[in-house]
Amino acid sequence: MSTYPLLSLAIWIPIFAGLVVLSIGSDRNAPLARMLSLVGAVAAFLITIPLWTGFDVANGGMQFVELGSWIPRFNINYHLGVDGISMLFVVLNAFVTIIVVAAGWEVIQTKVAQYNAAFLIMSGLMNGIFTSLDGVLFYVFFEASLIPMYLIIGVWGGPNRVYAAFKFFLYTLFGSLLFLIALMYLFIQSGGSFSILEWHKLPIGLGAQVWLFLAFLVAFAVKVPMWPVHTWLPDAHVEAPTGGSIVLAAIALKLGAYGFLRFSLPILPDASHELSGLVVALSLIAVVYIGFVALVQEDMKKLVAYSSIAHMGFVTLGFFMFSPMGIEGALVQMVSHGFVSGAMFFCIGVMYDRVHSRQIADYGGVVNKMPKFAALFMLFTMANAGLPATSGFVGEFMVILGAVKFNFWVAFAAASSMVIGAAYSLWMYKRVIFGDVANHHVEELSDINMREFAILGTLAIATLWMGLYPQPFTEVMHASVNDLLRHVAISKIQ
Amino acid sequence: MFDNFVVPNLLPAAPEMFLAVMALAILMIDLLVKDSRRTVTFVLTQLTLIGCAAIQFATSTGEVTYTFSNMFVDDLMSDLLKLFLYMTVVIVMFYSRGYVIDRESMNKGEYYVLALFATLGMMVMISANHFLTIYIGIELLSLSLYAMVAMNRDSVASTEAAMKYFVLGALASGLLLYGMSMIYGATGTLEITGIAERLYGGGVNKSVLVFGLVFLVAGLAFKLGVVPFHMWIPDVYQGAPTSVTLFIGSAPKLAAFAIVMRLLVNGLITMAADWQTMLIVLSVLSMAIGNLAAIAQTNLKRMLAYSAISHMGFMLLGIVTGVVGGDARYALNAYSSSMFYVIAYVLMSAGTFGMILLMARAGFEAEEISDFKGLNKRSPWFAGIMLMLMFSMAGVPFFIGFFAKFSVLQAVVAAGYIWLAIAAVLFSLIGAFYYLRVVKVMYFDAPTDDTPLTAPMDMRILISANGLAVALLGIFPQVIMSLCAYALLRSL
Repeated sequence: MSTYPLLSLAIWIPIFAGLVVLSIGSDRNAPLARMLSLVGAVAAFLITIPLWTGFDVANGGMQFVELGSWIPRFNINYHLGVDGISMLFVVLNAFVTIIVVAAGWEVIQTKVAQYNAAFLIMSGLMNGIFTSLDGVLFYVFFEASLIPMYLIIGVWGGPNRVYAAFKFFLYTLFGSLLFLIALMYLFIQSGGSFSILEWHKLPIGLGAQVWLFLAFLVAFAVKVPMWPVHTWLPDAHVEAPTGGSIVLAAIALKLGAYGFLRFSLPILPDASHELSGLVVALSLIAVVYIGFVALVQEDMKKLVAYSSIAHMGFVTLGFFMFSPMGIEGALVQMVSHGFVSGAMFFCIGVMYDRVHSRQIADYGGVVNKMPKFAALFMLFTMANAGLPATSGFVGEFMVILGAVKFNFWVAFAAASSMVIGAAYSLWMYKRVIFGDVANHHVEELSDINMREFAILGTLAIATLWMGLYPQPFTEVMHASVNDLLRHVAISKIQ
Repeated sequence: MFDNFVVPNLLPAAPEMFLAVMALAILMIDLLVKDSRRTVTFVLTQLTLIGCAAIQFATSTGEVTYTFSNMFVDDLMSDLLKLFLYMTVVIVMFYSRGYVIDRESMNKGEYYVLALFATLGMMVMISANHFLTIYIGIELLSLSLYAMVAMNRDSVASTEAAMKYFVLGALASGLLLYGMSMIYGATGTLEITGIAERLYGGGVNKSVLVFGLVFLVAGLAFKLGVVPFHMWIPDVYQGAPTSVTLFIGSAPKLAAFAIVMRLLVNGLITMAADWQTMLIVLSVLSMAIGNLAAIAQTNLKRMLAYSAISHMGFMLLGIVTGVVGGDARYALNAYSSSMFYVIAYVLMSAGTFGMILLMARAGFEAEEISDFKGLNKRSPWFAGIMLMLMFSMAGVPFFIGFFAKFSVLQAVVAAGYIWLAIAAVLFSLIGAFYYLRVVKVMYFDAPTDDTPLTAPMDMRILISANGLAVALLGIFPQVIMSLCAYALLRSL
């Protein structure tokens, strides 16, 4: 165990780096802004490494805990800590931030300092969400992270960016406001505490649990996003710049799912059991129906956005089967999706930077001009479809295994997504990459450069590592997931 | 009968007396000043306000002290509100200076003197313990403001706004007086603490009392600017010169909060069940109409006027949740959260109107939302300040506006009005839209006007400090929150 406040550093280093980068301001100093951002992102990532290496896998409780009083008037504390559920996301988030800074290196030429600062600040805020153990602290980070994303979509986005930015902000704000009231209700019920860990022990009647569960569900379902409140995501993805899409898919979508594990399941175990049918149903709709929706998309980014919704459907499905296999599989799926969807959006960004189109119909025969790219893109497409030996397989397989124990037909429906996933991923790949060179835009394509190769190569290693040897990822989860499940099994009704 | 005459204790009212004397002195001195920029007047005005703050500090005992035959009260709540009042007026005067100098008809000594008299009026309102004192305070404030709104006399819009303000303000004063007379009829006293005692003792004609209460609440609602007594707010905010809008939109909210506390809480707390019901209706209507109407505005001042209506509605939520079923357990929590809300709002409102003044220059008002187009290109720093102010107004963390909403909402939830809390957050979701639009205009749109900002350095520094305060107090809201709670604990 380290004596340094690692979690605070993981939150505040990127934010501080972002403010420094912001102070550079003018685009004349863009190279300096890029360098500083990279340094900040790498420093923030290095800080998170000891969280993983120094993590006690036998301990299911909170580690690296920091506790200080923040607003004594309402007994709000600056209370941080990670367990096996949240630790990986802090590392993943810091890792993705480096990718994002590198991804915008040549592409972003206007307001470079602001662009990088927004991502760095966003990264710090999201680390805050994953590590907060105080309800208000969590909420504050949860909502504050909307601001940088709103600006990223609105300032550097595509033609319809204003609509997408507003939709993103208002949709997610709507969910989180009801969540805020639920937090206050818990504050009153617990006799004046915002501590999430204390709420885990708080007895609550079934009626209140159901209402609180629904309030949480709205907040987290919007964020995940679950069907039918998913419509903001395709818009946001399509309009956001590549970096924005990567962060959205890799990290931001995990916030809602994480919320289920931190709030809904342990605080409201009875309501979770009571309403699990609802969540499972919504998840299966996301997996199957949204999978078909993805199949017919003509815009590559939209296709990957819908496939993200389908993959997140797997995650929520895994949570609400209340088995170690299901929850661990869902967590693995979340991490894996972070790598794979980030890589997919980056691949689309690579092509978009050259051709300035995301329409599948505008491509064809890309492999003839970009063989290296085509090979890497192939790996990520396979991972997206859940091919064994890639990270995408491990999580889906575990969730399906968990589902078989839960209910055969649920497992059957979930497993059908393996087919649908393969269909939309591979069909898109075929149309874009194979065949004859479609037009003069494709004819003029140049293969990926060193920077792009480095980014995709790193992500490819991560994807394969997780697919071939998931042990380091899963072993940190066991103790915490078992703790959680023991907790969820105990009724809180008195 | 003169045997009973005692010299009243003047100490609790020392800042008021100092201000009155100085205002008169400045009026005289200004006649002798030749300087066209009126630097002497300006500096004297600021020194007067700082002097008031110093006297306030020196004379504050922390005890509840009545003087002038119980017509005037000095307690920690009034001390705290007055200190924020001085601070606000100092900031307002700094912000308006450049604007006033650029406009011939406003660059008069009277501008400063009227502002001082308005401040005096607010101080009297804050410390009133008698219906007459309250009335005198309100009239002193209102008459000064009518004149200030009309100061830019070549402007048709300003003149119209002043007329509207005057007529409706007079109507409101009439309602208030009528209500007061009814309550006097029922209780036989004009003294607020006296009324509380009579009501506590019982045997008061309830129907006369409630009749009076309705008029009293209506009069207060006019002064606060909450629906359905809000009609003057958009017109006056838009029509008044921006520096006066800044004044009207900031400091008087503190005084309005104070008289709500004095009249309803100090005086009529036993009638809480009656006035709370009325205020709930006013509050929900204000949040609904304020937020919905603000969406349709293209004029930033008018938009902020509707936003002010919705904010005052939100602030009232704290007032209405003080007494639950005759149980005043939550009163301190609820009222102090409202007080925190008002202070936070005044800080944000001052900053926002300050930004309009910063953008304005001779012959250009910068009062349309579209005037902020592409501000991020012209000045990333001030775009950032405005961004913080807008998100703070919308109630997004880490800004003070979030904790203002937070503290009021927890009071509402604690009182058991979950539906009211849900309504409040849904309306603030609607509200987020128009604040976001200002951010959108600044960040997503290209500038149509590339003139560099010309505001003087002192204003730039002050407005930056104001914006940063909104952010820093959002990270450390404890200081002001506990000050409010402590002040009310010692005053109620």
